[in-house]
Amino acid sequence: MRDLLSKPLVVVTGKGGVGKSTVAAALGMAAASRGLRTIVAEVSARDDVSRALATDAPAPGTTFVERDLGDGLHHISIDPESALEEYVRDQLPRGVSDLLTSSRMFAYLVAATPGLRELLTVGKVWELAQPDRRTPGAHPYDLVVLDAPATGHGVGVLTAPGTFADAARMGPVARQGGKIHAMLADPERTAIVAVSRAEEMPVNETLTLRDALADDPLRQRLAAVVVNGVLPNRFRGAELRALEAAPPSRAVRAARTEAARARAHRSQLARLRRSVGDVPVRTLPFVFGDAGDLDGAAVARLGEELVR
Amino acid sequence: MSGDLLDRLAEKRVVICAGSGGVGKTTTSAAIAMGLAARGARVCVVTIDPARRLADALGIEQLGSVPHRVDAGRLAGHGITTNGQLWAMMLDPKRTFDELIEGLAPDAATRDEILDNRIYRELSGAVAGSQEFTAVAKLYDLERSGRFDVIVLDTPPSRNALDFLDAPDRLTGFLEGRALRVLLAPSGLAARVVGRGTAVIFSVLGRLTGVDLMSDLKVFFAALSTVLDGFRERATAVKALLADDATTFLIVTSPEREPVAEAIFFRDKLREARMPFGGLVVNRVHPLADEEPDADGEVDGLDAPLARKALRTLAELRALAARDAAAIDRLRRAVGDDDPVIVPHLAGDVHDVDGLVAIHRHLFAVGDERARLLSEAAF
Repeated sequence: MRDLLSKPLVVVTGKGGVGKSTVAAALGMAAASRGLRTIVAEVSARDDVSRALATDAPAPGTTFVERDLGDGLHHISIDPESALEEYVRDQLPRGVSDLLTSSRMFAYLVAATPGLRELLTVGKVWELAQPDRRTPGAHPYDLVVLDAPATGHGVGVLTAPGTFADAARMGPVARQGGKIHAMLADPERTAIVAVSRAEEMPVNETLTLRDALADDPLRQRLAAVVVNGVLPNRFRGAELRALEAAPPSRAVRAARTEAARARAHRSQLARLRRSVGDVPVRTLPFVFGDAGDLDGAAVARLGEELVR
Repeated sequence: MSGDLLDRLAEKRVVICAGSGGVGKTTTSAAIAMGLAARGARVCVVTIDPARRLADALGIEQLGSVPHRVDAGRLAGHGITTNGQLWAMMLDPKRTFDELIEGLAPDAATRDEILDNRIYRELSGAVAGSQEFTAVAKLYDLERSGRFDVIVLDTPPSRNALDFLDAPDRLTGFLEGRALRVLLAPSGLAARVVGRGTAVIFSVLGRLTGVDLMSDLKVFFAALSTVLDGFRERATAVKALLADDATTFLIVTSPEREPVAEAIFFRDKLREARMPFGGLVVNRVHPLADEEPDADGEVDGLDAPLARKALRTLAELRALAARDAAAIDRLRRAVGDDDPVIVPHLAGDVHDVDGLVAIHRHLFAVGDERARLLSEAAF
């Protein structure tokens, strides 16, 4: 998975609760420790990535700011409203942009137009990933890691630019939507990583995600699947038989339970590997504690494990 | 609030299971429906995105907009006698939304104009709150049909619980909004009436977005506005149903940090919206045994390396159990449910009929039986 870090944009997708933000933060840390100027972008206002990066959540009103966390690592929390404001200011003369952004009607229309929030969000991500930044005075990044929204597998943010470019056909949105789409659809420039768990539903969702990516308008592939929380294969044949024969004390029940779960994990993992063919599948070990409470060093170790 | 799930559900006609994704919400909904049907009720469970194998287990392979009767024979072999009726439906939000439009459109031309609109076709799934609105609108239809004593709704896995409660308001709020009316107004006179600023905004929007997009949007919203009265009526009725005494919201969660935070957040939202809260179901719990294990007694008869591994496993599971106990404590206090329904983490797979039956056993246990089942599973 090391070649992931050679692309300008890595999009980390997956349903909520699979450890997506932790993986995004871990990849960001691994990249930064290799000397890449890296930014991890999150799009919900939940600060999951901040927590995984073991940094404070951004102060209110400063979310849409590229924060330098030191050692080449940066963080930004993107909200569509700020992204829109920035875009409009960039595209239009000052007076007109002021008029537009202060108009409640405009805000209303933007909020209600299907897919526009996704377009604005990913538009900012695209801007971050440009070697020649639109934002005045901003430095380019070597790598942008996007912790994609959990809804609809995060496919929405990936397909919105193409859909909009297609619907608009002409004008700036079509032109820029087309450019953003071209980057997202290009496996050389955008690596899409799915985060999953070795359980029935998450594996199904990963396969659905793969199919949705392969479809129009994106026609992309998964660069890798990260399976989180995999139990170790601790007990083997003779030991399992001894456990079955032993009186069911708590320790014996615990061992049997864990062995059964580990077996279920292995079979889901095997199903996933069979189904995704040549897409690399990496596993991360189950953490006996709350993955959300990992400290920075633990997240960094996960990152090293991923890019090893 | 306390008590067995059966007491909590007594006299309820609508049971809404809410919570974040990945906490076993769908399985819980199906197990509740199965339990109520076993006890003689005519029950319909509406789910959005069940595991394929669960859908297969219930015999609802097809996405659709009508309920299918679950063959009692599927459950009989697993010790469940269905004294009532169990119906299940896997909601196809897009198709159901289409049907809603079809039902509300004043004429065939308007209907086709909406359904064929490019924006609608490509993006209707993304119209703010449409999936949530579809689910509650369907719930309303089923409730009104009188075919069921109880309807159990497995809510869409929104990241934000608000989406679900606000969906009716947001959709109609937008359709009624000034922005829409201005957008729909003919140019010229209307533009003068609403003021120059607005005209400028639209000309700028047109430049920014490309003319075609604007006209597509205009057609989309124009056609949608013709179904506005129907939407408004529906939304009002749906809101009344959600707040009804015969409706109850169960918050389903697991003891993990994110779902717990979401559950607490959702409880606050229910309170704000004055929706009826029926209790908490905590899935995937590792129950914690009170007494510390006595190392020697635990591993009697195992050889030393295996004994060490078994004890280490027990220590890890007890760490998880302690974490879960702390989470449940936090939930109890924050949510205001002293006696939440606890379902232990089950060793087997829960996406088949046996899994449903196992969860059902814990959900529907009454009195001392609940504590006994939990202590059996405790580490």
